[in-house]
Amino acid sequence: MGVEILKEKYRSEVREVVLGATAEEGGTRSHTIKVGGETTLPFLHFEGTVPNRPVIAMEVWDIFPEDWPENLKEAFGDVLSDPAAWAKKCVEDFGADMVALRFKSADPDIKNATPEELIPVLKKVLEAVKVPLIVYGCGKPEKDNEIIGPLAESAEGENLLLGVAEQDNFKAVASAAMAYKHSIIAKSPIDINIAKQLNIRISELSTPLLDRIIIDPTIAALGYGLEYAYSIMERARFGALNGDRMLAMPLIGDVGHEVWSKKEAVITDEPSWGEQAERSLAWEATTAMALLQGGVDIVVMRNPGAVALVKKNIDDLMQDNNY
Amino acid sequence: MGLTGLQIFKHLPKTNCKECGFPTCLAFAMALANGQIALDACPHVTEEAKEALSSAAAPPIHKVILGVGDNVIEIGDETEIFRHDKRFNHPTVFAIAVKDDEDVAAKVDTFNGLAFDRVGQHYEADMVALINASGDAAKFKAAAETAAAKTTKNFVLISEDPAAMEAALEVVADRKPLIYAANNDNYEKMTELAKAKECPLAVKAANLDDLAALVEKIVALGYKELVLDPGSRDTSKVLADMTQIRRLAVRKKYRPFGYPTIAFTSKEDPQEEIMQAGIYVAKFASIVVLNTDKKEHLLPLLSLRANIYTDPQKPVQVEPGLHAVGDVNEDSPVYCTTNFSLTYFLVEGEVDATRIPSYIISVDTGGTSVLTAYADNRFTAEKITETIKAVGLEDKVKHRKIVIPGAVAVLKGKLEDESGWEVIVGPRESSGINKFAKDLFA
Repeated sequence: MGVEILKEKYRSEVREVVLGATAEEGGTRSHTIKVGGETTLPFLHFEGTVPNRPVIAMEVWDIFPEDWPENLKEAFGDVLSDPAAWAKKCVEDFGADMVALRFKSADPDIKNATPEELIPVLKKVLEAVKVPLIVYGCGKPEKDNEIIGPLAESAEGENLLLGVAEQDNFKAVASAAMAYKHSIIAKSPIDINIAKQLNIRISELSTPLLDRIIIDPTIAALGYGLEYAYSIMERARFGALNGDRMLAMPLIGDVGHEVWSKKEAVITDEPSWGEQAERSLAWEATTAMALLQGGVDIVVMRNPGAVALVKKNIDDLMQDNNY
Repeated sequence: MGLTGLQIFKHLPKTNCKECGFPTCLAFAMALANGQIALDACPHVTEEAKEALSSAAAPPIHKVILGVGDNVIEIGDETEIFRHDKRFNHPTVFAIAVKDDEDVAAKVDTFNGLAFDRVGQHYEADMVALINASGDAAKFKAAAETAAAKTTKNFVLISEDPAAMEAALEVVADRKPLIYAANNDNYEKMTELAKAKECPLAVKAANLDDLAALVEKIVALGYKELVLDPGSRDTSKVLADMTQIRRLAVRKKYRPFGYPTIAFTSKEDPQEEIMQAGIYVAKFASIVVLNTDKKEHLLPLLSLRANIYTDPQKPVQVEPGLHAVGDVNEDSPVYCTTNFSLTYFLVEGEVDATRIPSYIISVDTGGTSVLTAYADNRFTAEKITETIKAVGLEDKVKHRKIVIPGAVAVLKGKLEDESGWEVIVGPRESSGINKFAKDLFA
């Protein structure tokens, strides 16, 4: 007698979110990208559907990334001072599904750039690449609240993915998304209850936004508490499949940002850890790979080599495994 | 299929003698049904009941022991599908492939070098997977001899030829290596060898159906120290098979799959290989056989294993005390935080990034984060002062200044009174340390 394959029956599925907008939809993207919609745990095609493959967004800064390690900078050649050229390279040469534009220069401790200075950069990048865009501020909430509205307005209808709305600070981002037809990243501090609560509060502001939220549960790099993010993602996915609509949003992991500050990615003078360039690449790719197993839908990455590896990994995982 | 607590209860003495450690027979039955305890814990159970309950009494996945002495590694004995429900018990074992037709001594030397220290933890590659690539029994035996002289660690012996297996076992059977593998053609001989040498036996099949049938045949021969290989090698299929084996064992107590598992990578490029291997670490493989033996490839995998197999109910802690970041001297700044590893390593990473050699004091907060520890009275002026004294900070630095996390700025006054040190309130988030340090200490 054969083995009776155990297929779970779930009650619900992950919400499907559309990113970007074509000319017909009021934007200028060549295509949109759908994420989420899974009806099973990660890549278990034998019992459900994974309608949209996870996507990789590559990070682009609006200033030269001085602090990046040499091997990371070298991978990009001479485009790092030009966000539009950088974005183009990510899409055309490295196969990025999306570009994640980070407005570092807005940081009061860096350049304190004003919205008027940032808007032309956004426009140039939107012109240079036709993939859907993620837009991050500088990471300082007070300042990000000042710039997010004007940036969102300048790209009205593009359905950008705007980062980040947080528990104590979600109104500016959510309002900008509502007013100018964008989507948002709702970020919670490694706490599934806060993740859910935040989605509820955003929905109180605007119900239609529920289908335009991506959850960032705050991830950590491999070796630095990655397992917390991994388990929160697993729990969120499990919750989504079991009917918790307030946790059923697709998930994003800001991988490059976490990995490239870690010793294991950076240091060159530790021979007992092996060669740095390979190691750093593996560190970023392994972090992304683990999150994919947890259920992430979008990974934001930096190193083109690591991006290529994760793409292949996703190709492999998207192969049917039905019995 | 597992029995429910009530079904088990019917077979128990119902005397509530408490000798099993549970208040009632019913409570014991419930625990047994959940696989939390073995039937042996009941001293009064009858032979008949034992027979009837054997399937429910056994844990869902049999524990298999690899190796002897200091190198014993337990695998299997898992009870969960999700690590957030309860910890995964036995971390994935990494076996590094060494072929008998290459320079075995050199390969094993490289294997021996696969040891790492990071974040206060020590990681090592676990086993040598010795492969009979030559197809020659004498060569396999010689390779086993060479390898055994080079390492005290254990082996997976890989050959489907019983004669070659027997030859290699003559040399290393005393280490109780894993015999890989019994298949449909050789299982009788392989099982006989495994029984005679008391070594665990891997069972290799073409698919899940085939695997279940083969396991039942081997169990019928009276051997149960088994490790399962469903034969799949494509990433997505391995993920599916490993998931089915774990689910059927844990959820359905499906006996033929109630054993640990072994997975093989199939990618030639080592970076692609570790991506594949990482999936198997997360998704239920007890042993992963790898071709790469480069440090830069092993360190990420070993770190992933440490993460996935961390007990989710127990915060990971770092050694409380004084930690030096960089080439410190008597003028180096001093930061203070808790000994929750996540908090500590975030702070350490940021302090390191300032490129200003500094000290970090980690206060013993039982592995809780700054705010939790503060709320819990484990991160107090007294506690910090105590730690400053205990680590002899006064002799380490000339200045008398200490940086505390911005989230507990309220501690400043009390800590200054208590310790006599000048307290500087740092940033709320560790990400602010770089800027903070450059303004203040550069």
